[in-house]
Amino acid sequence: MFLELFYGLRDEGVPVAIQEWMMLVRALVMGQHGSSLDGFYHVSRACLVKSETYFDAFDRVFARVFRGVEGELSVTDELLEWLSDPKNARELSDEQRAALEELSRDELLRRYLETLERQTERHDGGGRWIGTGGHSPFGHGGEHPTGIRVGGEGRRRSAMKVAEERHFRDYRTDEALDLRGTVVALKRLRQLTRQGRPDELDVDETIGETCRNAGEIELVFRPERKNNVRLLLLMDVGGSMDPYYQPVSRLLTALHATRGLRDFRAFYFHNCVYESVYSDARLLRGSAIPTGDLFRQLDERWKVVLVGDAAMHPHELMSAFGNIDPRKEAETPGVTWLQRIADHFDRGVWLNPDPEKSWPHTRTTKAIASIFPMFHLSVDGLEKAVAALVGARKVA
Amino acid sequence: MSTPNGSFHQFQGTKGYIAGASLIDAVNCAIALERPLLIKGEPGTGKTLLARHVAEGLAMPMESWHIKSTSKAADGLYVYDTIQRLNDARFGDGDVRDVRRYIKLGPLGRVFSAAERNVLLIDEVDKADVEFPNDLLRELDEMRFTVLETGDEVVAAKRPVVIITSNNEKELPDAFLRRCVFYFIEFPEPDLMRRIVDVHHPNLDATLLDQVLIKFYWLRGQSELRKKPSTSELIDWIAALLRSGVTQQQVEQHLPFLGTLLKTEQDTDALGRYREAGGALPRKWSDLGPQYQQ
Repeated sequence: MFLELFYGLRDEGVPVAIQEWMMLVRALVMGQHGSSLDGFYHVSRACLVKSETYFDAFDRVFARVFRGVEGELSVTDELLEWLSDPKNARELSDEQRAALEELSRDELLRRYLETLERQTERHDGGGRWIGTGGHSPFGHGGEHPTGIRVGGEGRRRSAMKVAEERHFRDYRTDEALDLRGTVVALKRLRQLTRQGRPDELDVDETIGETCRNAGEIELVFRPERKNNVRLLLLMDVGGSMDPYYQPVSRLLTALHATRGLRDFRAFYFHNCVYESVYSDARLLRGSAIPTGDLFRQLDERWKVVLVGDAAMHPHELMSAFGNIDPRKEAETPGVTWLQRIADHFDRGVWLNPDPEKSWPHTRTTKAIASIFPMFHLSVDGLEKAVAALVGARKVA
Repeated sequence: MSTPNGSFHQFQGTKGYIAGASLIDAVNCAIALERPLLIKGEPGTGKTLLARHVAEGLAMPMESWHIKSTSKAADGLYVYDTIQRLNDARFGDGDVRDVRRYIKLGPLGRVFSAAERNVLLIDEVDKADVEFPNDLLRELDEMRFTVLETGDEVVAAKRPVVIITSNNEKELPDAFLRRCVFYFIEFPEPDLMRRIVDVHHPNLDATLLDQVLIKFYWLRGQSELRKKPSTSELIDWIAALLRSGVTQQQVEQHLPFLGTLLKTEQDTDALGRYREAGGALPRKWSDLGPQYQQ
């Protein structure tokens, strides 16, 4: 059952490795879970899951694996044994119920521990000691207005309850693209290099030179480390992209907020890139810039990010004169332009706001994905895209 | 209910800090496993405060290391003050031959070399460079490091209780996460919030507190706000209200001392526009929607 939890988590894409598993096992051997399902839930989550974005997945797996284990491992094995055969609580009369004093929680806890010490044998019914079916505040199946549960059904939120409520659904990153997550993902978009004016004191070299200079201080300067990433953003606007206005505008906001990029340019297109791109989202003729100019102005070190749903009529991508706008007739098919972009620039990615599941069912999406590595427009996808742009190159 | 285990230090919360069962479990788990405890959560949910109270609860001294964007992992171990030595060499002050004089231990180094077990708080680890946590892996694992300049080894006699907080500004590397026990502080529900407020402002009038909380959770529920007010801001707000002697009716109808809750101009403006447009403030929990039905 425990291994089921481990593999269940891995199946859900939660990064759990043997190291975390061993940590949990050690904690359990030490009795950190206090032999209760609630404690086990807390401890296993603390050991296995290292980001709140996976709490939801953890809750789902935990609920699946441990459903039906609602009754639980109790405080001690003996106690568990007594409690393992619940007797139906007999109906208490109203006077009896009223007679049971309302106890505060601390008071209850103290009495519980005291009672536990005094108890030497199992008993059922009665007014003071722990057992089943009684009206002492302790034990289960009993009735007491402020009782402590020892095994059995719980009044407070149990681990199962917490797990089944799926409290952490909002923290999933594979769905929404929130601004903050986007900014965080984009922060990785950097390659630090030393270029430009030497104005930072190089302490090590200064010491070295000073030593060589027989103690006469010789200051050595070097250029500061700076981000060397230049980014070209090409965005599909209008038509099928309208529903994705929000995530795309967040991406744009985040990119503008990402200071430290060495250079950043953004252009727009509709459905597919043809002979021109536009500096204005309304695609006005006056804002048109020949795509070829981009190649002349921007060298291969620029990173290209294309944002679009990649879903269009195959004719728009593959055929000559394919532009959906009848005023713009160009012989070169869109796919050729895309290929030219991919060839000219060293690294490029395509961010697609459509759900990943739908990609294989669209011909043009498949075709474009063969030109550019395609990622979902979500925090997860963006992280992968950034890694593809600046990370170590994957060996093909 | 956990079995008290005599061989471990057990954290049970302190008078000044209200901790849920899951947090206590996570803290004790980290202490027992001798692993760093990584705490994440919204700003203002008491991450830093937790470390201080763990130290208090366990009666251990605490050392904090506040991380800045310029912090380097090596700074936590020790700093070799080359410039000072260079200066002394040039101008002949002090004994330059003794390198040890120019080695200053950082927070990690001080905790390792301390005679008793310490609580070490590494605050806002995500502020530093992305590689920062990776540079600390070995030191936190083995709790030892070597001072390169002298060859001295600093070994922790008593493994410190390490608490690391993160505001989630940067993702932490997997290898680092693997070694940590993780806890995410959720934003407190109204009931827990009442207990938290009670710790800071005991004997607060219950109806006033109710009004304050209604307004507070209502503000947090407004999606237009850029920065949601957090627990620490609520505590400040109540302090301001108490000091000025505002009555419950005033809180019910207005939002006095808004500046303690809303920290950006846009947010204050947005609320102002809402009020000008005749938007009503909530008076009852039921005004906030079904999730707050009592």
